[in-house]
Amino acid sequence: MALAEQTGGETATKSVGDYLLSHLREYGLLFALIAIMVFFQIVTGGTLLRPVNITNLLLQNSYIIIMALGMLIVIVSGNIDLSVGSVMGFIGALAAVLIVNMGLPWLLTILICLVVGGLIGAAQGYWVAYWKIPSFIVTLAGMLVFRGLSLWLLEGQSVGPFPREFQTIANGFVPDIFPAAIGQALAPVFDARQVNVLALITGIVAAAIIVWGGMRKRARNKAYGVVDEPRSFFIARNVIIGAALIFIMYKLSTFRGLPNVLITMGVLTIIYAFLTERTVTGRRIYALGGNQKAAKLSGIKTERLTFLAFVNMGILAAAAGLVFAARLNTATPKAGFSLELDVIAAVFIGGASMSGGVGKIVGAVVGAFLMGVLNNGMSIMGIGIDYQQMIKGLVLLAAVIFDVYNKSKQG
Amino acid sequence: MSALLEMRAITKTFPGVKALDEVNLTVRQGEIHALVGENGAGKSTLMKVLSGVYPAGSYDGEIHYDGALAEFRDISDSEKRGIIIIHQELALVPLLSIAENVFLGNENARNGVIDWQGTFQRTEALLRKVGLREAPTTLVDKLGVGKQQLVEIAKALSKEVRLLILDEPTAALSEADSQALLDLMLELKVQGVTSIIISHKLNEVRRVADTVTVIRDGSTVSTMDARSHPITEAAIVRDMVGRDMAHRYPERQRRAGEVLMEVSDWNVWHPEHVDRQVIRSASLHVRAGEVVGIAGLMGAGRTELAMSLFGRSWGRNVSGTVKIRGQEVDVSKVDRAIAAGLAYVTEDRKSLGLILEETIQRNVTLANLQGVSSGGVLNENAETEVSEKYRRAMNIRTPSVFQKVMNLSGGNQQKVVLSKWLFAGPEVLILDEPTRGIDVGAKFEIYGIINELSAQGKGVLMISSEMPELLGMCDRIYVMNEGALVGELTAAEASQERIMSLIVTE
Repeated sequence: MALAEQTGGETATKSVGDYLLSHLREYGLLFALIAIMVFFQIVTGGTLLRPVNITNLLLQNSYIIIMALGMLIVIVSGNIDLSVGSVMGFIGALAAVLIVNMGLPWLLTILICLVVGGLIGAAQGYWVAYWKIPSFIVTLAGMLVFRGLSLWLLEGQSVGPFPREFQTIANGFVPDIFPAAIGQALAPVFDARQVNVLALITGIVAAAIIVWGGMRKRARNKAYGVVDEPRSFFIARNVIIGAALIFIMYKLSTFRGLPNVLITMGVLTIIYAFLTERTVTGRRIYALGGNQKAAKLSGIKTERLTFLAFVNMGILAAAAGLVFAARLNTATPKAGFSLELDVIAAVFIGGASMSGGVGKIVGAVVGAFLMGVLNNGMSIMGIGIDYQQMIKGLVLLAAVIFDVYNKSKQG
Repeated sequence: MSALLEMRAITKTFPGVKALDEVNLTVRQGEIHALVGENGAGKSTLMKVLSGVYPAGSYDGEIHYDGALAEFRDISDSEKRGIIIIHQELALVPLLSIAENVFLGNENARNGVIDWQGTFQRTEALLRKVGLREAPTTLVDKLGVGKQQLVEIAKALSKEVRLLILDEPTAALSEADSQALLDLMLELKVQGVTSIIISHKLNEVRRVADTVTVIRDGSTVSTMDARSHPITEAAIVRDMVGRDMAHRYPERQRRAGEVLMEVSDWNVWHPEHVDRQVIRSASLHVRAGEVVGIAGLMGAGRTELAMSLFGRSWGRNVSGTVKIRGQEVDVSKVDRAIAAGLAYVTEDRKSLGLILEETIQRNVTLANLQGVSSGGVLNENAETEVSEKYRRAMNIRTPSVFQKVMNLSGGNQQKVVLSKWLFAGPEVLILDEPTRGIDVGAKFEIYGIINELSAQGKGVLMISSEMPELLGMCDRIYVMNEGALVGELTAAEASQERIMSLIVTE
């Protein structure tokens, strides 16, 4: 055991190479995403990063990312939710029936759907948290029940279309608040037909906030003598992330601007990243997943926390269901079929641990995008669904093997 | 007597660290050889080299076993030669029966079909031998740690054991069970089994060992032969820590103040066996600045009493009252017990006390996150300051508070658990086996912390299976037997004999 202490001491003075090795996981994910994007950008002849395709990519993956936020919390708390695909489909169906068949106002419908999602989460979480029934079994049952319920609700038919306002949840864009003249003046500079100034500025501001936040955190760590990221890495990482963000936003600005969904996703991601990393509740969720008994003996209400994780998952699955239905402009009995597996895969690719206690929101989001880019890129290349499935499966396996290998080397 | 085992100049290097540096160990045929040293001294590494966990070639030096050079590739290789190691952390399958565990991997089978009749009979014989009165069909899950230890030994005996290695065999055992186990070792010696015992309990070492080898910082410090002249504990301790430890228990001003905690008529039933009452109308009190011990055999209900007091974390149909400074308080949930001023430092720090994958910092603040947050938002600066404060105050040996707790030694882990509970700001701390499985130096530091707490006017209720520890530390000792407090002794009255006689006569 003295051994471990001494090796721990060594990490205080490590070289750049050692640092990269010990943080391979975090950088690996980011580099993998960039590498895959560059790869597909080349092999698709530039189609991948065309503004219209980027917009598409965001829309296609929005509901996965929204659910991955909730799934990360469920998995970190030491559980799993297999029902999210079915719940998402069921909520879409419910929305369609309420709006199209019953003529309810769309805002009221959204509210009802989110509440129903929360109730579904509560119904499942109750058995998991207070009866200690394994979440795998409870949510497997939920998966079957809600798939059946969607079929029953829609009577096997597709229901649509939705009113225009409802569709904008998924397909709408944020109007440019800046005078059109600025955009027109900028257009020739970028050799584009139009420029959405709001999107461009959002990109620059977001990049600035990320860099500023990073610098503040670094300064804070320095004050406590815990700086371990070499300066070169810190700069490179921030430059890459900032540049990528501005680049994507610039691309979007030359198309139709910021999709509503992007704002929803962005805001939710920030909220959940804050919740998990900076709040007491978030810390308790990690403690619960890390060692439930120790957490309970530390005064943490483990049952209630587990219950709430499922309620939260239900609400997010409902939100995803609304986005999905709005995007397709119709509710079908098949909606959400096997989507739970994509969501779970995204969370694990993002570095979460099956046994709980480990995982990050940002990781789950990047994991979801990684899968999304793979899907999108392979589809553009015209690769068949058969190969797509195999490749995605192997990517998931590789990511987890990489994790385990990394851990065994450090351990 | 000839040497059964000779390990010559064993050197084992891990990246950046020399864990063993030319260690020599000679174990004679038919002796009990004690291997002592502080945690992290290299005892376990040496035994892993011996048993083949670290295969031949991954270390320097030679192992001569039974007169020939031995190069074990893995554990099964060394087991075939009769070297059997029983680890501190038991390797039993909880949901299999005793018999199934004893013959796991060594099944009593013909053509792959298990002979259950024979298995049970042989298990019964083995259980009688190790003094465990349980049916072979009982699930290991239902046994306490001490009984599981006996199952492990029965398992070793079921194989053709020639060299039995016991790593901290009595760490989890009560006094009586420890004695029984040591007797068992002596009996095995008569039957020709050679043993190596790794232990922190020097009185036990002195009782059974023919030879004592002390290891410090990966090197052999000394080898003492008990037959040539008696070994004193002081001599062993001096070699272990490299200094004289005149006082094993630090001095303390004893001054008990007002009654801090008063428990009256506490009753608890077993959570599974509904008709079994585990705690029988226990009443006790702890004064400010007082260290109160609870002595008793394993299974007396000490941990159950402590855990049921702490938010009803154990048992059902809990009844009775708890008063803090004369006010009746609600301790029915863990968070309420903490709010009422209680803290419980568990005997099982790895599975109940710590989140091993998390950092020291995050473990220290876990029971009092309100103390480092405002409006539900954590203040990481405050967290770092708090954990740094405890790291220094407790002398937790680690490069930084961002180290994962799993990388710490047992003693340092225990200090992290103590830090966590001190930061929760309790009035009364219940310490359950606070020095189990930690080395002499760390023990001394823990005793110092306990004294410091009592000097601050906290009440300490200390459960321990090591009677010298209770006698050395406590102002008052309750004796517990079969769920009831059967006696109360002041420090002046208490002695090992009196405690034992209270347990036996009641």
